[in-house]
Amino acid sequence: MLDPGPAPAADPCAAILERALNLVEDHTFAAVRVWKREHPGSLAIGHMPIYTPRPLLEAMGCLPVGVFGAGPQIDIIRGDSYFQSYMCHIPRSTLELALAGHLDDLDGMIFPSICDVIRNLGGMWQMLFPDRYAAYLDLPQDFSPAIGGHFYALQLRAIARDLEARGARPLADAALERAIADENERRRRLETLDDMRRCEPWRVRASEAYTVVRAGTLMTAHEHTALLDEFLAALGRRPVRAFDNARVVVSGAFCEQPPLALIQTLERAGCDILDDDFQLGLRMIEGPITVAPGRDPLEALACAYLEQGAATASRYIDEEVKGRALIGKVRACGADGVIFTAASFCDPALLDQPMLETALDAAGIPHTSVKFAENAGQFQTIREQAGAFSDAVKLWEGQT
Amino acid sequence: MSTSRTPTLDPAKDRSQVRQKRMIAEHFERLARAKEEGRAVVYTFVPGNLTELIGAVGTLPVLPEINALQSGMRGRSGAYITEAEKSGHSEDVCTYVKCDIGMLRSGNIGPTGTKIPEPDLLLLSYTGCFTFMKWFELLREQYKCPVVMLHVPYQADGVITPEMRQYVVRQLRDKVVPALEKVSGRRLDLDELSQRLALSARAEDDLVAVWESARHRPSPIDGYFGGVYYIGPIFSAFRGTEDAVAYYRELREEIEARVAAGEGPLCPDGPLGPERYRLVVEGPPNWTSFNDFWRMFSREGAVVVASTYTRVGGLYDTGFRHDPAHPLESLADYCLGCYTNLSLPKRVELLERYIRDYQADGFMINSVKSCNSFSAGQLLMLRELEKRTGVPGGFIESDLVDPRYFGKANIENRIQSYLQMLEARRQGGYA
Repeated sequence: MLDPGPAPAADPCAAILERALNLVEDHTFAAVRVWKREHPGSLAIGHMPIYTPRPLLEAMGCLPVGVFGAGPQIDIIRGDSYFQSYMCHIPRSTLELALAGHLDDLDGMIFPSICDVIRNLGGMWQMLFPDRYAAYLDLPQDFSPAIGGHFYALQLRAIARDLEARGARPLADAALERAIADENERRRRLETLDDMRRCEPWRVRASEAYTVVRAGTLMTAHEHTALLDEFLAALGRRPVRAFDNARVVVSGAFCEQPPLALIQTLERAGCDILDDDFQLGLRMIEGPITVAPGRDPLEALACAYLEQGAATASRYIDEEVKGRALIGKVRACGADGVIFTAASFCDPALLDQPMLETALDAAGIPHTSVKFAENAGQFQTIREQAGAFSDAVKLWEGQT
Repeated sequence: MSTSRTPTLDPAKDRSQVRQKRMIAEHFERLARAKEEGRAVVYTFVPGNLTELIGAVGTLPVLPEINALQSGMRGRSGAYITEAEKSGHSEDVCTYVKCDIGMLRSGNIGPTGTKIPEPDLLLLSYTGCFTFMKWFELLREQYKCPVVMLHVPYQADGVITPEMRQYVVRQLRDKVVPALEKVSGRRLDLDELSQRLALSARAEDDLVAVWESARHRPSPIDGYFGGVYYIGPIFSAFRGTEDAVAYYRELREEIEARVAAGEGPLCPDGPLGPERYRLVVEGPPNWTSFNDFWRMFSREGAVVVASTYTRVGGLYDTGFRHDPAHPLESLADYCLGCYTNLSLPKRVELLERYIRDYQADGFMINSVKSCNSFSAGQLLMLRELEKRTGVPGGFIESDLVDPRYFGKANIENRIQSYLQMLEARRQGGYA
């Protein structure tokens, strides 16, 4: 079922989408260069997926910069010479960007504990770029505030000390509270956008929401909130008509990102993507971060991860039943099924997938799975598979 | 060199080897009786294993990685992996996990032919390997038993900080010990734990002496292929036991006798001939063609004088010993110090030290598809080590237990070419 969408000339969102797309596809990170020119002496700190507490960086006057590899934008030459063929694509393209000088404007990189490959990439960074700051963020797998939370808060303070030593503003409670408030504002707009996707997926396509959300990983929360406000207002003015597509949740692409064309392919195959875990980071903390009066805001930031962190493959699921969060997502948005979309050789996603499939089977939720690499250029097979899935769930709707 | 020993596919039928076989057989017998005797069974992993703690509360350990590698050596892993892939596990992921899942689905029969008892507790020591977490999440789905997580922070900056140690100790004290006490019905006696740690330290002293014997020429041991037999007891169920102390004392004496006699190691086809190449090896071995793989080296006169895989369940030759005076802190330091928990720069430093200390002619990286914890970054390590030492490196690719990824001819060609290159350099053919 082809959805032609509104004619570009009449689309009040067109200019915003173009601006966001230019940011997302610019592998030279020109926006970071501009920001640094406008903020002399301030640091820009890159971070890999999935989650880095950006308010900490913003509170110190730093620009957090999401680094998701290079997608299909550049050919990988040097990056491939550092990784065996059986590894995912994002480390090789990230390294390619760095070796080509495209990350030179970053004053440091944070490598969160996603998986062994990204962990070891942090070590490679230490060896290849010894003069640049590289921090490993060991997100806790113990979720007691007194144990895991304490350890995590100590790590955040250590990163803050390191950044201060490199010229960032000292971390101050008031600034951190402001940064958390900014993040909460952004989060509120993202929730509005998510609600719109769920209720009127024909008003905002997942690929469009993806682009505007991802652009936000290259700016401060405050700036992104303004962009989202503009986008939401434009979406409200957009002329639309509803389509009777299959309603799906996409799961598994939280680290290496699918090419935008892959998301569009799923849409063209007749799927309304109502929810997903693309570039999960900005939505990792579910709900606002609360800083109670008199509470250390850094501890509040740390506890938010423990208590409000989204269930994802790199996070140990303790007492929660595996797959419950995904089923909850499906139910909440009234989806017909799930499309697992994992990057090839992505250990977290691919090891998680059988457990999630079992949970979906038990809940009677249809699912299918595809794999991708960030630089893939051919989607015909995926289109056929997603189209067949879409047709199947529509055909059997209400009969399971 | 003595030629009186009978060539055998086992590395040596020395007394220590016989002792180890008996120890392992007895352990599996204990496991077979565990349920009827009311002993709780704890599954855990080799890196960061807490064997002394498990033993001190009277529970018995099972190590799924060892089950998987033994399945590989017995030629069963291929079928187990296929079984797991048929049930939806991706071809891209760790074959240890798939081998274990396939074994479980095929009846969970262990290496001695008896059924391995189901776990009463999964002790998820999350040390140096992301996959461990997924593995035990998967097993929990199958066994419906409790899991206790021990998150061991990664040594990203190459040091163990007091905060890291404290984090592990607090988890041990507040989470792991209570979980073990609950399934065993027995309180932890710290004095007993300390006694076990003292036994560990004695065995560790002897193991280090065994590793360091490879400084001799000829080396009396093969520190990789032979080495995996030497680590068997200390990486599995026996650290902190009198059995382990006796085994490592006996092994050390045998090795010292070999040094005194000027003997090299025993290999699959008998004693190694003249020692022609001394190598350091990084990465785990392939288990499905283990002896064939070993022969590719031994038939060329190549001996491995040090390896990193044999440090994956504990790194003792940099000075660490379990400390009975500080039991939980010592267990924390042990976990934090396992090889795959080291940063890449620290791994390179260790390998550089091995190459220099053991006077290696070369080093070889066996990059296994299944293990990103080892493999990610190895190509950079190769370049860095060549740059720092001037010693040439070789690079081969295989897998742990998936026979589809052991290309015998290709690997053999690479090894032979590499050794020929070493020979040519020695003859002055290369600059």
